[in-house]
Amino acid sequence: MKAEFTIKSERCKGCGICVAFCPKQILALDPLGKIYVADQEKCIGCGQCELRCPDYAIFVDRVKEAGAK
Amino acid sequence: MIERSYEKYFRRNRLPHLWCPGCGNGIAMKAIVQAIEGKDGWTQDNTIIVSGIGCSSRASGYMDFDTLHTAHGRAIPFATGIKLARPELNVVVITGDGDCTAIGGGHFIHGCRRNIDLTVVLFNNNIYGMTGGQASPMTPIGKRATTAPYGSVDRVFDACNLAQAAGATYVARSTAFHVQHLVKMIREGLDNKGFSFIEALVQCPTAYGRRNKLGDPAEMMAWMRDNAMMKAAWDKLPEEKRPEGKFPIGLFYQSEAIDYDTAYDHVIDIAGGR
Ligand SMILES: Cc1ncc(C[n+]2csc(CCOP(=O)(O)OP(=O)(O)O)c2C)c(N)n1
Ligand code: SF4
Ligand code: SF4
Ligand code: SF4
Ligand SMILES: [Mg+2]
Repeated sequence: MKAEFTIKSERCKGCGICVAFCPKQILALDPLGKIYVADQEKCIGCGQCELRCPDYAIFVDRVKEAGAK
Repeated sequence: MIERSYEKYFRRNRLPHLWCPGCGNGIAMKAIVQAIEGKDGWTQDNTIIVSGIGCSSRASGYMDFDTLHTAHGRAIPFATGIKLARPELNVVVITGDGDCTAIGGGHFIHGCRRNIDLTVVLFNNNIYGMTGGQASPMTPIGKRATTAPYGSVDRVFDACNLAQAAGATYVARSTAFHVQHLVKMIREGLDNKGFSFIEALVQCPTAYGRRNKLGDPAEMMAWMRDNAMMKAAWDKLPEEKRPEGKFPIGLFYQSEAIDYDTAYDHVIDIAGGR
């Protein structure tokens, strides 16, 4: 895992901006239109999703991989 | 997670904000608080946010500073009053394309002319969003609005050119796609002592995008990505080679001139018999 997500679901309006601009295409909306991380392993921690979320609902923190210094 | 430091500038108990899903106003509002956060000495107690009326102007209600949500088109006059009464305060104005260039157009150019020390951020969504999609002076020719069902034929204001011609001493443009650049443009506007104007292109998927078949919010932002050109690259192109539909972003103009508070100090001196 390279990144840790915090999702403030109550803020997410399901606009799809983070889904569209994620370079790894790993974000998706659930049936209620809330964001979730579909394939966290592929996340590169670039922060594009957090950068453009108009509702401050998704946050990414880079974390060191296990074993890494 | 470590809570983001800029969150303290939001009235978090009022979030989520009332803007539509994918509205660009939320991105521009965050850019403003991030720009303020980088300013030494600017605190929630000495910084005032003043807005007019419109979806964009609702931003002041979510920002945890002293805030004034004023009358349509009149944010700059209210801000001028604050700056004259309390010159030590930092004043940021949030306005819309209708608010600033239609009903407030006179106030806008005279604020520029006076070079009063304000930073004005115009959230340009090319439409009257709040009232359901009437054309504004910044609706592009050919684009549809409730008041222009066959496409607008009115020529468009370039608010940056207008600000520069009227006397503003800092003029810049960015977009909701170019978030970090937008923060920088606002931040440098805050640094300028005098009238600073920043046009922030924002998407209005509801009242503008849908009627003009511009796609979902992300597609509207992809359009900004694909059509905005950094000013340096834009300037290198001869006018006839500038691609149709593209537009420049960046710092357009900066100059030095006496700001209105400093000019008015002379009046205070003379009237006070000093
Ligand atoms: C004196 C007055 N005239 C008209 C209105 C109606 N009105 C409210 S918002 C608005 C236009 C807002 O457009 P803009 O400034 O572009 O803001 P947006 O909603 O697009 O962010 C109008 C005409 C009003 N509130 N007050
Ligand atoms: S940090 Fe980057 S790769 Fe990871 S989910 Fe966000 S946009 Fe996608
Ligand atoms: S950009 Fe924000 S509001 Fe939009 S879907 Fe993603 S998390 Fe939700
Ligand atoms: S109408 Fe347009 S500007 Fe107003 S909140 Fe909705 S998307 Fe934003
Ligand atoms: Mg507008």
